Amino acid sequence: MAVLTAPRKETRRRTEGRPPARKRATRVPPVVLAFVLVPLLAEAFWVFWPALQGFYLAFTQWDGVSAPQFIGLGNFREMFGDAVFRTAALDTVIWLLLFGGLSAALGLGAALLLQQERRGVGFYRAALFLPVVFSLVATALVWQAMYQPDGLINKTLEAVGLSGLTHAWLADQDTALYAVIVPALWRQIGYVMVLYLAGLKGIDPVLYEAAKVDGATRWQQFRHITLPQLSSVNAVVISVIVIDSLRSFDVVWALTRGGPYHSSELLSTYMYSTAFQSLRLGYGSALAVVIFVLAFGVIASYLVRAFREADA
Amino acid sequence: MTATHTPAPRPRTGRRRMLGTAGFHASAGLLSVLWLLPIALVLVTSVRSFDDVAAHGVGSLPHSFTLDGFRQAWVDGGQQRALINSLLVTIPTVLLSLLLASTAAFALSRYDVPLRRTLLLLMLGGNLLPPQILLVPVSKLSEMLGLYDSLYALIGVQVGFGIGFYVFVLHGFMRSIPPEIQQAAVIDGAGPWQIYTRIILPLAKPAMAALSALSFTWIFNDLLWAITVLRTDTQMPITASLIGLQGQYVSMWNVIAAGSVIAAAPTVIVFLKFQRHFVAGLNLGAVK
Repeated sequence: MAVLTAPRKETRRRTEGRPPARKRATRVPPVVLAFVLVPLLAEAFWVFWPALQGFYLAFTQWDGVSAPQFIGLGNFREMFGDAVFRTAALDTVIWLLLFGGLSAALGLGAALLLQQERRGVGFYRAALFLPVVFSLVATALVWQAMYQPDGLINKTLEAVGLSGLTHAWLADQDTALYAVIVPALWRQIGYVMVLYLAGLKGIDPVLYEAAKVDGATRWQQFRHITLPQLSSVNAVVISVIVIDSLRSFDVVWALTRGGPYHSSELLSTYMYSTAFQSLRLGYGSALAVVIFVLAFGVIASYLVRAFREADA
Repeated sequence: MTATHTPAPRPRTGRRRMLGTAGFHASAGLLSVLWLLPIALVLVTSVRSFDDVAAHGVGSLPHSFTLDGFRQAWVDGGQQRALINSLLVTIPTVLLSLLLASTAAFALSRYDVPLRRTLLLLMLGGNLLPPQILLVPVSKLSEMLGLYDSLYALIGVQVGFGIGFYVFVLHGFMRSIPPEIQQAAVIDGAGPWQIYTRIILPLAKPAMAALSALSFTWIFNDLLWAITVLRTDTQMPITASLIGLQGQYVSMWNVIAAGSVIAAAPTVIVFLKFQRHFVAGLNLGAVK
């Protein structure tokens, strides 16, 4: 990415930066260096250094007490035969697609509906946005009450004559994962909506007027103006969602801890329980590396975008 | 999507406009009800008595009113201690992260620090790492430092992990401040420290306010770091204590609901008070 963007920047700086001499002092005062170095060291100490260790530990076997034992790719080889790992990986993919896809689609839908400046719209927006500030743990417990056998969801189903559908939602292996996704969505949609609302506000209304003069239908306007104009927001939303999906932990931990029988296990919960409950710190670190590798593409593209921004 | 609004100059009949308005309020209202229903449910459950919940179910209308659930969660369930722990972690972390992030952003955005773009992205990259890769080493690191099971470890890792993002956002904001303002100060003999405290920081206030509101909720709501570096129940913040409550008061939904209300209250208050900043902060971070 450096190769792609660096030359562009060099030429720009040369052309605009040269004539009025260099405005910034070439010599950076020591206190300014300290301004950067202290925070950088704090981050290096708590993030970069541990991260390097994390990668190393992935190639070891470690119980946390005796010295870690280097076993090369042993942990990764073990994953192939690990049925729980396969479930967790599959669930993570389902989570990415369902949680990610639905929160993007529904967030955009809510933004399209609530972008209109009408009376009362502020209230509606706040209602959708309120859960964003809840902790996922509190969110999870609220929904756990709803999912109870005598909870609101089953009572509603009975009331509308669908008592055949009533369920122990969180205790059933077939429904646990989906039952956990719903609270996560309930909380995420408002957030995505805010991002899209800001994006929609930035679209020049002239475009719509021109399209209307040309006789474009609403769908055509959406397809050919709204969506392309939102492309930068889409990129942000997708990155945020992918990173959030891979990090998702709290809601699952509070609701099911990955159960029953690992049916709602995600890579993140499996990593945590392997490392801190089974005390297999090496294998847990290897699972973390898998999560990192999955996230890496998104992180890299996020950084490329940030690179361009820092450039502009 | 019956209510898609067309801000067209072309005249519409009053009847159609009324239908549009009705459709809009119907769909948006239904959505809001769906969203607020779980919150209403938890508020109602938190003031019901245990016998009422046991007899009629969590999903029924209330037949009682009592603050017993709150008392049990607050006193017996240890939520008072947990809430204090949460605030003891959250407030210093927010202040410290923003102090460190704002100095770094100031230096990187206003001076020709060598490698400044690389440093900026390195710092952002640290924040984007999945925390799972850090969990085991961080817990061991805090053990080594003798900080394991102490709130200091939690503050340390929260500051270190959050800094990158705040630097990135503040850098973008500070760069948009015109250089002339700073030059005038330089001519008047101001050093970097004065420029930072007297000029840039006051001008960056909106971004700082937005980030404070945002980071307050993030740090307050965190669970993963807390259960990684803490062990003892009395050290745990409110999120972890809430999970403990769930185990301790199985099916006593009035207590669990009251606990959730207590855990959610501080961030809801921050949100209601700083709503504008909060929403701006989310956009600042993302849609720049």
